[in-house]
Amino acid sequence: MTIYSIIFYLLALIIIASTAMAISRPRLVHAVVYLAVSFFTTALLFYLLGAPFLAAMEVIIYAGAVMVMFLFMIMTSNLEEGRRAKKRKFSLRPWGFAVFFSALSLLLLTVLMWAGPDHGLPLKPAMAPLLGFGAYIFREFWFPVEVVSLLLFVALVGALYLGRGKSPGNNGDSAREAS
Amino acid sequence: MIVPFGHVLILSGILFFMGAACAMARRNLIMILIGVEIMLNAAGIAFVASSLRWGALAGQGFVLFIMAAAASEVALGLALIIYLRRRTGSVNGDDYDAMKG
Repeated sequence: MTIYSIIFYLLALIIIASTAMAISRPRLVHAVVYLAVSFFTTALLFYLLGAPFLAAMEVIIYAGAVMVMFLFMIMTSNLEEGRRAKKRKFSLRPWGFAVFFSALSLLLLTVLMWAGPDHGLPLKPAMAPLLGFGAYIFREFWFPVEVVSLLLFVALVGALYLGRGKSPGNNGDSAREAS
Repeated sequence: MIVPFGHVLILSGILFFMGAACAMARRNLIMILIGVEIMLNAAGIAFVASSLRWGALAGQGFVLFIMAAAASEVALGLALIIYLRRRTGSVNGDDYDAMKG
């Protein structure tokens, strides 16, 4: 039991606890803030597992951009289902089958891991060099990088198209039906 | 020496099935998107652990692409939710049961 193991189990505990809180909160804002805690802790886990660049990306993209986008959407456009959501008791009925099937799959996964050849092999600490990682990405994966840039561009255009507001020159069907 | 490889995979599996349960059980469209995000993050943890296990950088490279896909998915998903709410005024997944809204 080295210091790395202790840190790993603490991080795993924090990640699982905050994710459990996130998926069970009735209010959306609480869920998103708990999820941000979970993503920050995942960034620490990435650093522990030897991926410093991905740890920085996790903080910037997941905990930064994605969570801020969720928060702004929830706060500006009133996506909660009113005050009903707060008064309503936490109901177990929709969770029954979901938790049952998830737990069954998780049990099968655990059995599969335990039966596997190298479940007890401890990982050795290592750290991916930043410069080498960047050079590796652009040497081996130059085509996927281009495809991903196209994907991000298409997502940008699609989000702009779907989110366009009512303008005088815009007499499309969405503008008419929204009014 | 950190921990056995299986423990990291089991942590990733727990997170993945928590996300799946969230996407299955919650009715709000935003919570379904959050469940998908949790699942993608769990897949990223499994990839980073495998990268450390076999000493190959390809796993970390793949996580970069997973993050790009997750970011674009969230942007489009939130835009769709805003659009649907403007059209029908509801963010409850159960209300969308007809092909022509």
